[in-house]
Amino acid sequence: MTSQSMAPLELHADVVIVGGGLAGTWAALAAARQGGVVVLAEKGYCGTSGVTATAGVGHWWVPPDRQARAEALRERQARAFGLGEESWMSRILSQTWELLPTIGGAFRFPTDDDGVTQYRTVRGPEYLRAMRRLVKRAGVRILDQSPVLELLVHVDGSVAGVRGVQRQAGVDYQVNAGAVVLSTGGCGFASRLLGSQNNTGDGYLMAVEAGAELSGMEFSSYYTLSPAWSTMTRSMSYLFGTYFDADGNEIISDGPLRPEILARAMLAGPVYTRLDRAPERIQRQMPRVQPNFMLPFDRKGINPYTDLFEVTLRCEGTIRGTGGLRIVDDDCSTTVPGLFAAGDAATRELVAGATSGGGAQNSAWALSSGTWAGQAAVAYARRAVRGTGTPAVAAGGVGLRPRREARPVDTRAVVAAVQAEMHPYDKNMFRSADRLRASLSELDAAWDEVSGHLRATGVDAIRAREAAALVASARWSYTAALAREESRGMHQREDTPATDDSFTHRILVGGLDRIWISPERGSGSTDLADLADATEGIAS
Amino acid sequence: MIEILLADRCTKCNICVRVCPTNVFDAVAGEVPVIARQEDCQTCFMCEIYCPVDALFVDPDCDGPVEVSPAEIAATDWPGQYRRDSGWGRWRHVHRNESWRMGPIFAEAFEILGIPRPPSFPPDTQKAAPPSVPDTEQVRDAQ
Repeated sequence: MTSQSMAPLELHADVVIVGGGLAGTWAALAAARQGGVVVLAEKGYCGTSGVTATAGVGHWWVPPDRQARAEALRERQARAFGLGEESWMSRILSQTWELLPTIGGAFRFPTDDDGVTQYRTVRGPEYLRAMRRLVKRAGVRILDQSPVLELLVHVDGSVAGVRGVQRQAGVDYQVNAGAVVLSTGGCGFASRLLGSQNNTGDGYLMAVEAGAELSGMEFSSYYTLSPAWSTMTRSMSYLFGTYFDADGNEIISDGPLRPEILARAMLAGPVYTRLDRAPERIQRQMPRVQPNFMLPFDRKGINPYTDLFEVTLRCEGTIRGTGGLRIVDDDCSTTVPGLFAAGDAATRELVAGATSGGGAQNSAWALSSGTWAGQAAVAYARRAVRGTGTPAVAAGGVGLRPRREARPVDTRAVVAAVQAEMHPYDKNMFRSADRLRASLSELDAAWDEVSGHLRATGVDAIRAREAAALVASARWSYTAALAREESRGMHQREDTPATDDSFTHRILVGGLDRIWISPERGSGSTDLADLADATEGIAS
Repeated sequence: MIEILLADRCTKCNICVRVCPTNVFDAVAGEVPVIARQEDCQTCFMCEIYCPVDALFVDPDCDGPVEVSPAEIAATDWPGQYRRDSGWGRWRHVHRNESWRMGPIFAEAFEILGIPRPPSFPPDTQKAAPPSVPDTEQVRDAQ
């Protein structure tokens, strides 16, 4: 199939959902159940795309028992380092408990050895396949292989829909809608983290172009183990590993819980592990627990439980980071009228603060924020007080409409430049003002090149916009990291290693050519006595 | 990365073309699909789990293409491994979904490490009764 341009496809909907992963499918389902006309546009395929599809999906799953919930909230607040909101944590616990079992008609939840149905942990491929069925059955129109390139906005600044391209047919399309939900996932900075290649920060870019704000982008320094040659970042089994340097000296045993120690060792040389503490019973169960975990090892002829293999740490960016689009109300609305954010596209500081929520909390957040955003988007579209009937303009700039003369730009080189600043442990995991400034100077140069000169159309615009979104996300991330002159949670500054009470607030960032930064007034709880030296969350 | 499409197994259903999250395959009228953009493969193995006839092979090396021969791959159980272990298709009644063991396995790992398990990894099995929810949406479609 080639990319000859045909007549554009134009659709009308109450709500368009951008991104068909966990948050997007829950959003689409919620919007359709409210009776809305819903279009879901997905870059890849709704069901396989995004980081949920390849994961073992645990949910933050706590019974509605007063004591159990209070304990869960207390434990999580201690690891949020003053930036979480207990009310939001409580809301997602309730929402997840009530809603997850409702997909039972399309999804067979597993039963344990005693025959008791288990809701908490499900497998990604089956979960998203079920969500797709439910979404279709609810009447949502799914556009697969249809990356959204930019938002459409009315002259009053409210959103009017989206414009994208159907990449297999080579057809440009447009959806005119009363409201838009961005569920485009986090930004993995092209790190080969399992399932994350489509997660290039597209939603951040198109939202900021429409005037939205980001929050917590400095919390983008979480890393996950995988074999050095593989994408398999399923972290659970690495808890059973013993970690060695090239000379065979043991480094550590609880590696996944202390990635900074492994990262220091990796800066000095290769690091190897074997998962020799895994009981044989668990080794036998693994293929049915996490069916993809053994695929890389079997095919390489490696027994991970007895053979040493080299490992690396893959950058999670804002996937298991917590930054994303700023949410300004309980309904997951952003500062742009008609624009809502859900899942990893939204900031998860509200429920996780400064440390990774891990898969479990992120899943509960995706389900909950998706549901709230979907419902609110329909309600907003029906009110239709803003923008209706006024002309809509495309809000996208970089990669589509250069500021200076158009000329060829090597988008691969741009992506490589982002990787070179965002992946190295001594730049992103161990931060300092000097190195952040040096990185920002490289990233600013890449931004200048892309925004100044790149003009792509049709399917070529997909890569152009991805490259642009990666650079933009990296700049927001490091600008926020530079502004947070302290260490807190996953954000660790070697030049300011202590946590500073005057920074117990969330940091907002936005803007394109010129990036602005601002503390969020009234955010955060300054009770530092609550801060515990807790390990970061890991899952899947 | 995606390396092999076993043409003699392929039924030209083009499911792989539809489901690949990074669009590496192209459909070809009357022919088996082609791996048109191998460099875009994200080594997620999703095409394998969806292929009903075990005709696809993804090499675990995610950094670049490797040399593998179709005959060698066809002689292994790798093309069907993910689908089998997931209990999809003809393995539906053979392989149990034991994803729920992740809770107990995490718990055991923390025990072996001698580290208190954070409450975010809650009890191994969830005995509390779930909320009662009317099962309004019955499965009607197979896929």
